[in-house]
Amino acid sequence: MKASNSLWQKELAGRLPEALGREIDIFETEIALRKQGKLDERLFAETRLRRGAYGQRYDNGHRHDGKKVQEIAYPSGELTKGPHTLWDAPGMQRIKIPAGGLNAGQLETLAELAEEYSDGIAHVTTRQDFQLHYVQIDDTPSLMRRLAAANITTREACGNSVRNVTACPYAGVCPDEVFDVTPYARALSKFLLGHPDCQNFGRKFKPAFSGCSQHACGLASMHDLGLIAAERNENGQRKLGFEMVVGGGLGAVPYQAKLFDSFVPREELLPLAQAIARVFARLGEKKNRSRARIKFLIQDLGIEKFRELVLEERKNLPSDPRWTEYLESANEFRESALKPAGEPPLLGSTAFQRWLKTNTRPQRQAGYAVVTVALPLGDITANQLRALADIARRFTTETIRTTVEQNIVLRWISQSDLQELYQALDAEDLGGAGAETIVDIAACPGTDTCKLGISSSRGLAAELRKRLAEKNFQFEDAVENLHIKISGCFNSCGQHHVADLGFYGVSRKIAGYAVPHFQVVLGGEWSHNGGSYGVPVMAIPSKNIPEVVTRLVERYGTGRRNGEIFRDFIKRIGKAELKNLLEDLARPPADPSDRAIFTDWGDPREYSLGDMGVGECAGEVVSAVDFDLAGAEREVFEAQVAWDSGQIEQSGRLAYQAMLRAAQGLIKLEFPNMAQTPDQIVGEFRARYYDTQKFFDPFAGGKFAHYLFAAHEKARQPHTADSARYLIDEAHLFVEAAHSCYQRMGKPVSV
Amino acid sequence: MVQLQHVRVKLLVKNSEAVDLEPLIPVFHEWIRGQVFGELLLDIADYRHVPAGPGVVLIGHEADYSVDNTEQRLGVGYHRKAMLDGSNQDRLAQAARAALTACQLLEAKPLLEGKIRFNGQEMEFSVNDRLLAPNNEATRQAAHPDFEAFFRRLFRGAEYSLTYPSDRRRLFSVCVKAARIFTVADLLANLDS
Repeated sequence: MKASNSLWQKELAGRLPEALGREIDIFETEIALRKQGKLDERLFAETRLRRGAYGQRYDNGHRHDGKKVQEIAYPSGELTKGPHTLWDAPGMQRIKIPAGGLNAGQLETLAELAEEYSDGIAHVTTRQDFQLHYVQIDDTPSLMRRLAAANITTREACGNSVRNVTACPYAGVCPDEVFDVTPYARALSKFLLGHPDCQNFGRKFKPAFSGCSQHACGLASMHDLGLIAAERNENGQRKLGFEMVVGGGLGAVPYQAKLFDSFVPREELLPLAQAIARVFARLGEKKNRSRARIKFLIQDLGIEKFRELVLEERKNLPSDPRWTEYLESANEFRESALKPAGEPPLLGSTAFQRWLKTNTRPQRQAGYAVVTVALPLGDITANQLRALADIARRFTTETIRTTVEQNIVLRWISQSDLQELYQALDAEDLGGAGAETIVDIAACPGTDTCKLGISSSRGLAAELRKRLAEKNFQFEDAVENLHIKISGCFNSCGQHHVADLGFYGVSRKIAGYAVPHFQVVLGGEWSHNGGSYGVPVMAIPSKNIPEVVTRLVERYGTGRRNGEIFRDFIKRIGKAELKNLLEDLARPPADPSDRAIFTDWGDPREYSLGDMGVGECAGEVVSAVDFDLAGAEREVFEAQVAWDSGQIEQSGRLAYQAMLRAAQGLIKLEFPNMAQTPDQIVGEFRARYYDTQKFFDPFAGGKFAHYLFAAHEKARQPHTADSARYLIDEAHLFVEAAHSCYQRMGKPVSV
Repeated sequence: MVQLQHVRVKLLVKNSEAVDLEPLIPVFHEWIRGQVFGELLLDIADYRHVPAGPGVVLIGHEADYSVDNTEQRLGVGYHRKAMLDGSNQDRLAQAARAALTACQLLEAKPLLEGKIRFNGQEMEFSVNDRLLAPNNEATRQAAHPDFEAFFRRLFRGAEYSLTYPSDRRRLFSVCVKAARIFTVADLLANLDS
């Protein structure tokens, strides 16, 4: 705990917005009450989450050291800050940056906080937030006060709340946008922050703004609420509004958002958002957290019924002047340049030319460019933050934005200043080229700090960055512009679903040992607002993923036809050929003394799920369960192939069959003579694996079992393309969960 | 009087361009397994991908240890996080002793092949609390006697020079350079005498 904690409130008196200050005072009181045992731990957990104070790995007081689980003897003993979350365990502080917009003073504040409360690094997330790691809960009120003095809030950065409102980082300067969505994103963020109608959600809610429909932009299609700038002509007048989409989301099973309205006038943006919030709060699932996002509510109701309910709610809303009082200032919102427009540079070093090509793009406003400062894995040091603040002041009116690709952009750079700017950035190690190319890999924190991490997303990303950077100049444009995104688990915080090459962490057993793997997910669509999602191909040991990337990139480079984009290439060559290309990488190494695959990137500990569950090892015989689980995976694969070729009913049937086979495999572990019908399998599974919680994932609970139960219930219903698609994804996850269950059981095997 | 809490010490290493930080990771994991210091060691943060960054950090509850390349000056670092009772001299000595002990262990580690070695002369001390010790002239004047007394003890009367980086946005810090070479063992012995 910092010695100055008790002094910051007085130091900053009068400099905090009153409401923010009061909120932080309340939180500080809640900390004190919790320490006195007068506040329930669950309540405290939600209250700190709603202030962005998150848990981190090992905060349950256990850490697997590669051999065994060690108890961590925190000084605070049994005092907790939430269920299974010890008080003194370091946590993560998430800091909301609405629409990614920052000024130089805020960068300097972040620098101070990274040094004084964290490990000297500020991390840009895939939702334009910042995160600081290894933060003590006792320090968070001071940290929050210092942010508030810089006009930044952490309120509702986590928890069952409206999360950060994101927006395209080129809003206002993009040649292709319909109009600048920045003032609307800020207005929505301000309006919904702490709004009474947003306090009773069963789960988080994520809005995003886009200025156009064709580029990646704000990735509206994968958000709970997506707003895409639109215009129409009414009586000869240009009217501004939004195409509104709802119910998108990544997570374990990704959903594309559905069209709510092709044109919502600006005046209706806030009231409709409020009405949606009310419907979500009233009707959204609250008990079963795995079905509590709004996408499930919309799926269950259907979009027509959902729309009807929202519009009905809208009619009943008491009028609120805040709905429209911001519009006048929105009309007048303009960023400005510091320097006059200039001419692009003609000369410069090879390094500068390379940087110019990848890290700059012309603005809509002639003579200006947007410059991307590429941050390795989204990380920036305190010194770099201060230097960037100076650079922003020198070249701009502090027009700075974070991006969901974990970078920072500087807007309104005069083209004549680009060379000088590059030199200034380069002097601070911020001039790395390759922004938004194949070397600019996005990764969630993964097993570095996240409790849910299964494989090391950042370790893999760092390794791929290094290897790809060595080859970077050799890539043709089509390959260079591929997106790689990595998530540490199926929850897709790394947004792997919308990458050309996506990976998410899974675990498998090889020779009886748990081995970190990544599921390979190919052909996601980044453009068109995250227009479509990649499909899983197969799981490969983590240490073999670089070779996966090499083979795919080479295959694409030599095999693509007539300017074919990667997504189309993947679709054309098909999963069977992809499997042929990669399947040897899924096998254990030929040399049994090669132990590399049993550790993960950047971590020499023998891999285990010990920090999530219980690590174990078993013999080398391939068990009957292994055969059944492999059979189940094969059926999922076949289901995908069937779906791709339009055999919808067949694909749905195979996906359901895959789940039955995996369930049957587990049941046979202990009851080899069980009967075979689906009713019997599901009944036995429910009694022996669900009711006993044996199948329960330590963090996802019984979520995946529900996929089997729902599929069994609806087994006789015809499939639509959508329902079959979702079922395949759910089957995939069920089979993964069966693998995990089998590993946790650590049973002696029999063939 | 200025309170010198949350002291950070960095011992600059020699031939820093030859140092590969990757072998530190298994070494730090081993330290966590063995809980080799009196402080609670928790985890490792790997920032090798960040140029002029924190390098590899051994996260602890009371303090972090690191081999840190901030400002392209590689050094063995100790960052005190928990408050410490006692005087400024006690806190400076505690942090210096911790950094020197860590450095001694690293110097002796076969896996590191002797490549991490204190350069014998240069150290950086900073106070990681801007409210207690803002980086300004008043802090420098208030802290200077404490630093003088401490370095007299640490270098056992040998000559040294001090510089105080003046960027007011940065942590209050002092860079010290001894006029002659000391080994880590020398400095630990001086602290203990």
